Amino acid sequence: MSQKQEEIRAVLRTVDDPELPNVSVADLGMVHDVLVKEGDVFITMTPTFAGCPALDFIKKNVKTAVEEMTWVESCEVHFSFEEKWSTDAITEEGKRQLKKHGIAPPPENYQPGEEWTVDCPYCGSDYTSMENVFGPTACRSILYCTSCRNPFEAMKPVVDYVIT
Amino acid sequence: MTVNSAEEANQDVAYSKALKELIYQLADDDFLISFRGSEWLGLAPHIEEDVAFSSITQNTMGHAFMFYQLLEDLGEGEIDLLAHERHPDVRRNGIYLEKRNGEGNYLEEPYYDWALTVVRHFLYETFKKVKLEAITKSSYKPLANIAGKVLMEQPYHLAHWRIWMNQLLNSTEEARDRIEARLNEAWEEFGDVLEFGFQATEMEHFDLIIGEEELKERWMDEVAKTIPNLPSEPLGKKFGSGREGQHTEDLDQALATLSEVYLSDKEAIW
Repeated sequence: MSQKQEEIRAVLRTVDDPELPNVSVADLGMVHDVLVKEGDVFITMTPTFAGCPALDFIKKNVKTAVEEMTWVESCEVHFSFEEKWSTDAITEEGKRQLKKHGIAPPPENYQPGEEWTVDCPYCGSDYTSMENVFGPTACRSILYCTSCRNPFEAMKPVVDYVIT
Repeated sequence: MTVNSAEEANQDVAYSKALKELIYQLADDDFLISFRGSEWLGLAPHIEEDVAFSSITQNTMGHAFMFYQLLEDLGEGEIDLLAHERHPDVRRNGIYLEKRNGEGNYLEEPYYDWALTVVRHFLYETFKKVKLEAITKSSYKPLANIAGKVLMEQPYHLAHWRIWMNQLLNSTEEARDRIEARLNEAWEEFGDVLEFGFQATEMEHFDLIIGEEELKERWMDEVAKTIPNLPSEPLGKKFGSGREGQHTEDLDQALATLSEVYLSDKEAIW
């Protein structure tokens, strides 16, 4: 990776998802590719959920942040469906930040369509129950911790679809 | 055969004609079913269902958006125009999907029927799964990619309606009777949803999707996994074929409501 690409990646770690404060689009695994041609930057991103209304804001916020860099003349942001985002793309830092905000990272080894559960992001207990698979945004679910008696949210697992 | 871009698709007139016809079906189906879903906002049987159903509906509208985007890329015109301004005669959604949720209307006395909704959404999401699975192998790569993306999210939708279907079928006699009545009704009306319309032969010929009969079989097998006693009559097309542009007054009502704000000021930027 070139010096300039590194710089862009660093900036992208400061652009937060509008609906998940303090979790950057880079840590959510949405940045697929960064191309630099002198002063022109081309960023390919992978959308999380298709129906996510925040995509336009994300695009705008990324463009604005990158164009603030002194050597950047223009920045184009493009969402691609060729590469598919999955919750496996969330970084360790992303998971840490999610937990800090009461949102459990998605479970591992999820089978599409099956029930799943996660540990409480507050107390770490596995004594939790699913309240509603559908939460305040398409990417989140609502759970309850019977141990510390806190409701919490979790990132809904989304993985590549295998046709059986 | 693989076609990688809109430009490439448009070089073959016969190919792009069949391709567009298929995408219009996918877009219009998701657009109408999510509109009918949105009409339940605040009216669902309980608060958790309201959250779940509106989330499913919003996401499904996102899927419609992606399909209209593919059509825009193919030179069919802007997304807003495709969604809001097309005449009913050129709409390609299955007729059963435009059907009103029940008696009354959203603002006054919405006597909507939950049994209709459970039956319709379960049958539709099952259909969407098998159709999109077939499309992941489509010769048009941009469409196959979108199908793969949608299928990562859609199992949540299908699982939701499967739970409702199971619970109501194993609930009280009244619940079972009401579901069965709506199932019998669906059997008279769902036929055209499973059809591909004027370009059916070409769609299969160009490897855009599997044949109609095979899709229908796959759908029936999937549905039977959840509903053991399906109606024995063959599937009907009581109101004609939406795939061929035939529609009911319910579509006019849906489009009038959907496009009311858009038509009040077409230049507005939201």
